[in-house]
Amino acid sequence: MPTTAEIQAAARERAFSMPLAEINPADAQLFANDTVGHYFARLRRDAPVHRSTSPLFGPYWSVTKYQDIMAVDTNHATYSSDWARGGIVISDRPMQDRLAMFIAMDPPKHDVQRLAVSPIVAPQNLANMEGLIRERTRKVLDGLPRNETFNWVEKVSIELTTLMLATLFDFPLEDRRMLTRWSDVATSNPDVDKRVVQSWEQRTAELQQMLAYFTRLWNERVNAPPRTDLVSMLAHNPATRNMPPEEFMGNLVLLIVGGNDTTRNSMTGGLLALSQNPAEWAKLRANPALVDPMVSEIIRWQTPLAHMRRTATRDAELGGQTIREGDKVVMWYLSGNRDETAIDNPEAFVIDRARPRQHLSFGFGIHRCVGNRLAELQLKILWQEILARFPVIEVLGEPARVRSNFVRGYARLPVRIPG
Amino acid sequence: MPKVTFIAHDGTRHAVDAAAGESLMRAAVDHDVPGIDADCGGMCACATCHVFVQPEWFGRLAAPSAQEEEMLNFTAERRDTSRLACQIPITDALDGLVVTMPEGQH
Repeated sequence: MPTTAEIQAAARERAFSMPLAEINPADAQLFANDTVGHYFARLRRDAPVHRSTSPLFGPYWSVTKYQDIMAVDTNHATYSSDWARGGIVISDRPMQDRLAMFIAMDPPKHDVQRLAVSPIVAPQNLANMEGLIRERTRKVLDGLPRNETFNWVEKVSIELTTLMLATLFDFPLEDRRMLTRWSDVATSNPDVDKRVVQSWEQRTAELQQMLAYFTRLWNERVNAPPRTDLVSMLAHNPATRNMPPEEFMGNLVLLIVGGNDTTRNSMTGGLLALSQNPAEWAKLRANPALVDPMVSEIIRWQTPLAHMRRTATRDAELGGQTIREGDKVVMWYLSGNRDETAIDNPEAFVIDRARPRQHLSFGFGIHRCVGNRLAELQLKILWQEILARFPVIEVLGEPARVRSNFVRGYARLPVRIPG
Repeated sequence: MPKVTFIAHDGTRHAVDAAAGESLMRAAVDHDVPGIDADCGGMCACATCHVFVQPEWFGRLAAPSAQEEEMLNFTAERRDTSRLACQIPITDALDGLVVTMPEGQH
């Protein structure tokens, strides 16, 4: 078995020597072994807006530099998110399998549906949730095993984010692992990896079960007084209360994935980054106030969603290339977050950067992550409580990575807490 | 240099000397005024430099662009006097400008 260093060195050699036209950064294998960064580095240098071709996803433009990504993200009139044109991920599904969610809509419908749910993460509501998040984080950390190897993803990252998600939906806590399952199912692509679902039919069937469960909650809440949970908010808002079932399903997937998969993987990624950078960990212990900038740095470094896709509504020029109406345009956030022309020393994990918030992980423009400040709050509390308890968390091996070009995440990270 | 004042949500006043030609957001960030996050660095793309312009000043500013209107639409506490500080260029005519800040920036 080649070592990790050997795998990385071979990938770098290949990325910088292969013909540009053959580079396909959407290949999920490059994410599974975490070598995709070398291909992005080549593209940023030699072809920042690159005509890529994938056997699975067909031709697409790879946009790899920070400012070009910003230009696409802030121009929704030219670069549409509309699910009927193709939506927000690289794969094109048959029309009946596409999810109608507000992130995959353009104005004006996007705007009114987003505004139906965004109050849940308004500043006052976040302040109200802070105590609960802290109490749960303490309980989860205090319950962790000592002196034995366990999976950080399972016992910490999934547990904390799923509890949060259950609270946002006011979802029965005892059934909360269903939310985890539906999140994994929704982002899985059986053409790429059959470990989550075997087929698109299985995926659809499980999402129908999700819809049936949530329809029960909706029916309970639609006739009750409005409350501050996502189901009640959708059921009472004039913009969403008459949604067809497929739009309810799409928006559920959006809120479940958005509130779950992303922060889950930043919770794991932060521990991995610190364990790989012991000097940064020492800096943090010496000055716990650095948790704030570190949280933004973790989100940049991890980039839990590697890409968002758009479809051109008209011909346009981008980075010297001519984009044609109908072309698929993929913004590789993971690459923009490593762009040396936008971020100093971008490959390094540095917890006290001067402008840590200037990263692409939340996207920019009208589709910018609605839950960004909640995600930061969850991560801040996690690290404050870790610092208050554990002098050391040992990472005992390489993580197992998710095989996906969309969710940049982890299935397993073996750790041990001495004491 | 034009003097501009940022009043934080808790009432704390931060008066700074702003350089003409830079943006109101830059004036806050360069002087470490808390409460202006400016995640996008001034691209009118994140709405985390949201301010409320005092009414006597609001009408003296150039009208917001369509893109700024769109981003303001998604802020948590939009008011009639809401603006994004990155879209307000400082001029000598703005000497004495006062803005207040929302509870949080999203």
